[in-house]
Amino acid sequence: MTLLAVEGLTLRNTAGTTLVDDVSFTVSPGDRTGLIGESGSGKSLTALAVMGLLPPAITATGTVLLDGADMIRAPRGRGDVATVVFQEPLTALDPLMTVGRQIGGPLRRWQGLRGDAAKAAVREALSEVRLTDTDRIARSYPHQLSGGQRQRVAIAMALVCHPRLLIADEPTTALDVTVQAEILELLDRLVTERGTALLFITHDLPVAARVIHGTHVMRHGRIVESGPVAGLLSDPEHEYTRTLVEAARRFDAALENTRRE
Amino acid sequence: MILLKKRSLHLIIGLTLVLIIAGAVVVSYLWLPFAPDDTSGGRLAPPGGDHLLGTDKLGRDLFTQLLIGGRIALGTGLGAVAVGGVLGVTFGLLAGFATRWLDDAAAVTLDILIAFPTLLLAMLIVAGTGASLGTAILAIGLAMAAVVARLTRVLVKQVLSRDYITAARIAGVSWPRIVLSHVLPNIAPVVLVNLALQAGLAVLAEASLSYLGLGTPPPNASWGRMLYEAQATVLTSPVAALAPGIALVALVVGVNLTADGLRDLTDPTRRRTR
Repeated sequence: MTLLAVEGLTLRNTAGTTLVDDVSFTVSPGDRTGLIGESGSGKSLTALAVMGLLPPAITATGTVLLDGADMIRAPRGRGDVATVVFQEPLTALDPLMTVGRQIGGPLRRWQGLRGDAAKAAVREALSEVRLTDTDRIARSYPHQLSGGQRQRVAIAMALVCHPRLLIADEPTTALDVTVQAEILELLDRLVTERGTALLFITHDLPVAARVIHGTHVMRHGRIVESGPVAGLLSDPEHEYTRTLVEAARRFDAALENTRRE
Repeated sequence: MILLKKRSLHLIIGLTLVLIIAGAVVVSYLWLPFAPDDTSGGRLAPPGGDHLLGTDKLGRDLFTQLLIGGRIALGTGLGAVAVGGVLGVTFGLLAGFATRWLDDAAAVTLDILIAFPTLLLAMLIVAGTGASLGTAILAIGLAMAAVVARLTRVLVKQVLSRDYITAARIAGVSWPRIVLSHVLPNIAPVVLVNLALQAGLAVLAEASLSYLGLGTPPPNASWGRMLYEAQATVLTSPVAALAPGIALVALVVGVNLTADGLRDLTDPTRRRTR
């Protein structure tokens, strides 16, 4: 049974502009799927539609079935099934709430954990994302942590209730390169261990290639090419995919040159 | 030393001024040097002797009048902030959640309300109900509500666009709970500082209204009306004009400095680790 089925999803704003055009894809349990595209290609809007969180100014047609629930016609919070890790970890966390309380929120909501049991679960969630000194971090406010630590906290918060689908919306874009690699590795390990399906949204093909298997390339609101990442990298069919691959290659080549010099 | 930091200094000086005036007002309820309508001191007596600040042109003790004016000034500040704060935050919150045409309508309505002069609003209310302290507070509070609502609306929109709100919605948290646990705490620092600033403006507005005869009616002394009454005799007895003027400036400066200091205290990035 598929975990997420998107069929003919079309999104329009009030001005009548089509933002996402007839997008269809599925994610099965344990899958790792990518949505790759430039800014404005509709990939983040697609993610919002999947979570049933479209802004009211946007009208949707088509179907989105998340674990059998219709997220277009009857949107509701399904944080027990799917959660999101956002691009900017600073705005993904409430600046006035301790990290511990924020991670405790979903625990209380979906598992009814309170008091010491909740505290222990928060500590465990923090050590799962390889944060040490969990007591101190649980008592910290977001601004007291580094960007990488904040993103780890956001991941801990997203995974604390063991969702079956994790949507990662450009989770490494706001981080510097060394931290990026660590976060990717962490995401990779956690979803493997737990068998969580991953929908990875990015504009960065090489980053995507490190964590996902199959991918869809989006441009101007449409899926222009789909297939395994390896195939897309070696033999891109659509012109746009080719430019993405070319760009990544050029970057690598430039890197090689500077190393030789 | 922390106490000597510039912003903390603002807070200390501001609070000192406000507390001195508030203290004097509290004392005035327990003890007054003279009865407010006691004219036994003779007209326009100079400062000193029995009458600390002298007497006004009707022979009433100026210091007594000043204390009673303090009650009215503080009462107006607090009353107007209560009216403006409750109405403003409520409407701002609702407007912050509005979308599409409702949102545009809310924004335009607030802009029009803010452009409407407080004095004109006060005159309209006075024309309907007669001049009293209550109408002055109501008029000032309503004018303030529009300003507070506009600020709240913008702040709410800002907070609602944050990812932690989306995360809370994904977690299935209900809107009322999101407002209570995320939206209100995050807008509170800015709104509270703004309310403190508005309190200072409200005190000034009440003085202006009373000066024009639209505020507290005689015989209750408001600082604004004391200024008006002292106008004719300002050359022969300047204290009658100086005393309420200085009191007014002290209270408004005190409130503003307090607001300034509060702004920094409430900044979460400067708050120390618990």
